[in-house]
Amino acid sequence: MTGAVPVTLRDLLTDPEGQKLLVVSRIPRTLAALLAGGALAVCGQIMQILARNRFVEPMTAGAGQSAALGILIAALLFPATAIWAKMGIAALTTLIGTAGLMLLIRPLPPTQPLLVPLVALVYGGVIGAFVTYFAYQGDMMQFIGTWLTGELSGVLQGRYELLWVAAISAGVTWFIADRITVLSLGEDAARGLGLNVGLVSAAGLGAISITTAMVVVTLGAIPFVGLVIPNIVARRMGDNLRRALPVAAFSGAALVLAGDILGRILRAPFEIPVATVVGLAGALVFLILLYSEPRHG
Amino acid sequence: MIRIRDVHHAIGKARILHGIDLDIPKGGITALIGPNGAGKSTLLSLVARLAPLKQGEITVETLKIGACSDRDLAKVLAIMAQSTHVSARLRVRELVSFGRYPWHQGRPGAQDRALIEAALERFGLLPIADRFLDEVSGGQRQRAFVAMAFAQDTDYLLLDEPLNNLDIAGARSLMRLLREMADKDGKTIVIVLHDINYASAFADRIVALKDGRVAAQGTPAQIVDTALLRDVFGTDAEVSVIGGRPQVLV
Repeated sequence: MTGAVPVTLRDLLTDPEGQKLLVVSRIPRTLAALLAGGALAVCGQIMQILARNRFVEPMTAGAGQSAALGILIAALLFPATAIWAKMGIAALTTLIGTAGLMLLIRPLPPTQPLLVPLVALVYGGVIGAFVTYFAYQGDMMQFIGTWLTGELSGVLQGRYELLWVAAISAGVTWFIADRITVLSLGEDAARGLGLNVGLVSAAGLGAISITTAMVVVTLGAIPFVGLVIPNIVARRMGDNLRRALPVAAFSGAALVLAGDILGRILRAPFEIPVATVVGLAGALVFLILLYSEPRHG
Repeated sequence: MIRIRDVHHAIGKARILHGIDLDIPKGGITALIGPNGAGKSTLLSLVARLAPLKQGEITVETLKIGACSDRDLAKVLAIMAQSTHVSARLRVRELVSFGRYPWHQGRPGAQDRALIEAALERFGLLPIADRFLDEVSGGQRQRAFVAMAFAQDTDYLLLDEPLNNLDIAGARSLMRLLREMADKDGKTIVIVLHDINYASAFADRIVALKDGRVAAQGTPAQIVDTALLRDVFGTDAEVSVIGGRPQVLV
């Protein structure tokens, strides 16, 4: 385990400080990376089915920005409320933000697959602008920086546990994986099969919102995990979610952990935020995917 | 039987259907034809409860549209919608297996799997069952969607312009499969068709719609003639009878 303070395996066995470092900081940090990465990849895959588009993911499509907006509102208007209430507000604004996007992209023609990510980017940008405006007014610019760029250096025992909520809410979607896959046929075909389209969409949106909000609140926004991983998984094994979701979860977890470790090694003892590392790697992979994807209906 | 009584429908301010009264008997193939904008697809999606029924009454067997649950109807009636654009990457077998969803709600049993394999075999899809939908031809893709509807194991099958984007070989083979399903399996098939000749060659009954009203109905031999083409489609074309079926000379 790398970090600013070198800890060798022997220290772990002999030095109580080394053990403490492991339990309080290094293990939570590793778990946080795994949980966030897995949950974000699952969310991306579900969002792509709900939006019926390959090129959207929660963090860039307004969900991450809505979560930041929620925390900001909570911090500005209800500074005294409990942390759980603030989480609730963040989850709620994320839900509204994501549902808003879904309404916005509904009329877009499926034959123009690039319109959806464009609209989503603009939409995310607009919400992000609101976040900046309110933060500026409230003199909290530095505060929001921690949410808009995800990093793991602040993770300690007792300060990452909300990520378990994110992981559980992402994990629960596996139980409705078949239903969400049926939804990928389109609303008409899904209704024709007797699926409760409204309920399943709402459950999917709810899971995305809770997960995204928890990750943003705890670590900050980590982009591209929800975009790159689902695209690679879908290309290799298709979109049958019952099979694809576990693979996406493990790949996402591995990606974020690798990104975090790399960010700590490159400029040790300083750190590069995991969002920057993953974002850079993800953007490159995404460009490759875009250019190699054969255009088919 | 599908009973349609005094159905009106409007989308926004545009009134699409003006009081449709129609009985579609059980068994055989009924083709809905008519010029663009006549309301064929709208009528079909109302019967399949994909669009909300606002005025009038539709019953399928004993189920009343608007009152019965989506799931109950899904066991009696399958619909293949006009747009079969699927953004997800699915294998042919996975698509066909969705047809069993109304029966097992996500937990397929041995019987479901047997029916899926039977549908794949029936429609000649076994060799490509593990290919992704975007890796098969348009005809194979359309056959896979019909196989999914077949696996749904309903008495009624509704199809909205399934011949779109198919070449003549694909279109003929699909219509033959539907004919076989009507004759061998006793399915009731209602199909929206653009091409009168396909309707005339394969259907038992034709219902012609114009401007949201039923303009004519009967067997192909009864109603497909120059008068129908002139009055309903607004074109003067000759009709010749080949093998007992009228065909329009285009």
